[in-house]
Amino acid sequence: MLKCSIDALNGVFAKIAADATLYLPTDKDGSTVYAEWSEGVELSNALNTAKSPKDFFFPQVEDLMKFKVEGKSISVDDIRSESEDFVVFGVRACDVRSFDILDRVFLVEPYDSYYASRREHGVIISMACSKPAETCFCRTFGIDCTNPGGDIAVWKTEDSVYWNANTEKGEKLLSKLGLEECSDDAVNAQKEKTEKIMSKLPLAGLTTDGFGGGKTLDLFNRPEWKSLSESCLGCGTCTFVCPTCQCYDVKDFNTGNAIIRYRCWDSCMYSDFTKMAHGNNRNSQVERFRQRFMHKLVYYPENNEGIFGCVGCGRCLAKCPISMNIVKVMKTIGGNAE
Amino acid sequence: MQKITRDVLVEKAVSLLENGSVSCVLGWKKGEFDYDITPAVFESKEELVSDFIFDDFCGANFSKYLVQKTRKVEGKILVFLKPCDTYSFNQLLTEHRFDREKVYAVGIPCEGMVDIGKIKAITGDGISSIVCGDTIKVNTIYDESFDINAKDVLLERCINCKSKKHVAYDELIGEEGEVIESNRFDEVARLEAMTPDERFAFWQNELSKCIRCNACRDVCPACTCEKCVFNNPKSGVENKAPANEFEEKMFHIIRAFHVAGRCTDCGECSRVCPQNIPLHLLNRKFIKDIDSFYGEYQAGAEVGSRAPLVNYTTEDIEPCDVFERGND
Repeated sequence: MLKCSIDALNGVFAKIAADATLYLPTDKDGSTVYAEWSEGVELSNALNTAKSPKDFFFPQVEDLMKFKVEGKSISVDDIRSESEDFVVFGVRACDVRSFDILDRVFLVEPYDSYYASRREHGVIISMACSKPAETCFCRTFGIDCTNPGGDIAVWKTEDSVYWNANTEKGEKLLSKLGLEECSDDAVNAQKEKTEKIMSKLPLAGLTTDGFGGGKTLDLFNRPEWKSLSESCLGCGTCTFVCPTCQCYDVKDFNTGNAIIRYRCWDSCMYSDFTKMAHGNNRNSQVERFRQRFMHKLVYYPENNEGIFGCVGCGRCLAKCPISMNIVKVMKTIGGNAE
Repeated sequence: MQKITRDVLVEKAVSLLENGSVSCVLGWKKGEFDYDITPAVFESKEELVSDFIFDDFCGANFSKYLVQKTRKVEGKILVFLKPCDTYSFNQLLTEHRFDREKVYAVGIPCEGMVDIGKIKAITGDGISSIVCGDTIKVNTIYDESFDINAKDVLLERCINCKSKKHVAYDELIGEEGEVIESNRFDEVARLEAMTPDERFAFWQNELSKCIRCNACRDVCPACTCEKCVFNNPKSGVENKAPANEFEEKMFHIIRAFHVAGRCTDCGECSRVCPQNIPLHLLNRKFIKDIDSFYGEYQAGAEVGSRAPLVNYTTEDIEPCDVFERGND
């Protein structure tokens, strides 16, 4: 375990930023966002960012290629933006897990080289939670917010910041930062305190009972989907603030003299989601709504050794315009139902 | 803070359900915490008694739900409308968006709704309970307690409430209310006083936060197209994400133009924006301009009124005058 004082943190950021672009959560216009660090950009004290950090690897919009017709020939150019080395500081345990979930989608065949390149160039410095919110339920998915993953894990106390490398990549970066060795007593004390708070959270008892692979037939035709989705606006807020929603659309943009093929996030809540030649396979909001939760709670674990497609970050609880969310779904149709 | 209690509304709903006047009730359903209310359709006394809620977190405007619900539900729908919701209700009727005969509207008084975001900015995370009142009492899992003056944490639209008057109802609980003086155009005037460059920078900064979730459009009672051009692959302007900085602004500006003269200033767009963009200011600018060009006009104040923008008169302002003004 290594440490630095809170006062020395900016100096450490400067060292990291000397070799790679450093991003961290900062407060802007009353909201918390990831921003590029430079002298004067302060680390936020907020629990988490409004949007998830999935943009770093899977940006909302990304150019894939360009087609241009000249005479009788057509040129196809790879116009992806070059990935540069970057470091993301302050990622919470829930969001770190989300990267594993995205990896299982993008890094299997057909291997996504755009995503892979960013994963290779990025270093994740996670930060343990010490003041979880009432909307947190990471434990439901077996995530330990006091012991986050990533390349380096960090614990922040009143006066110090503690650092521990989890991977070779993290080890390499940490060795350059000139931090002092220390015992892990302070970190253990913080973990113990946070554990107690976690048990007191209102959603502490939420379980995944009744969900998981093999539950499709039990859940698909449940009548409760109708009332759960009754007032869903069909907007994309939940999917766009979600760290694990990974659906995208590939579209062509006519620039006037060429075609730019780009991809952008899509939302299963939208009426034109996965629209095909024959039309749309989900014509009502009930079906679209069901798809989102079945994907996270049944289909994803079915295809990924039981790992759920939700990390309990609580963003959808905070942001849904009608306050409908995965917790309400789990409490209505799963093993949590009263 | 609300003068009317949940019990009065439940009693009203149960009696109308039980005597067969209505077949279901559109109301607010309590959530996991004390602040996450969900709009819901109640079909039985049991559901109403156990889950119906009415308190300071019931900001959601139900008028737009009537467009879809009136097509699906057999019999009448009971809907509870706050004064500002009644303007949306009338505007939708003006545009023939739902069948008035299928709705039983009960007007209820509103003392202003509060913004959980503003409360959390004071209390921080970890809210374990909230008790509404003129003083809102908040407890957290960190054993902290807060007494917050409800007036300090009102939703933006309630700070600048334009009317306590119910302009549509079948029945009232409480008084009809009055149109009140508001300062709702002050912020617009502040933007107007900026230089064009400052104003551009203001909107650039705000709209660059947009994630194109479309929540503003989807909640907006003036946005009831059966198929929005932005969702229609055949429209040529369909986009799920801003392709560039221009498109980011274009979506919101086009939407503001589309609802100009029809927007009642209900404020739902800004309430639901996950990025806290003050979208209502775009619409208010149009309302302010329409007022100054054509005389005061409030969309939804009555059913069937002809909005200035669709009602040509020889006194109408000439485009060149508007253009001149833009050069100031």
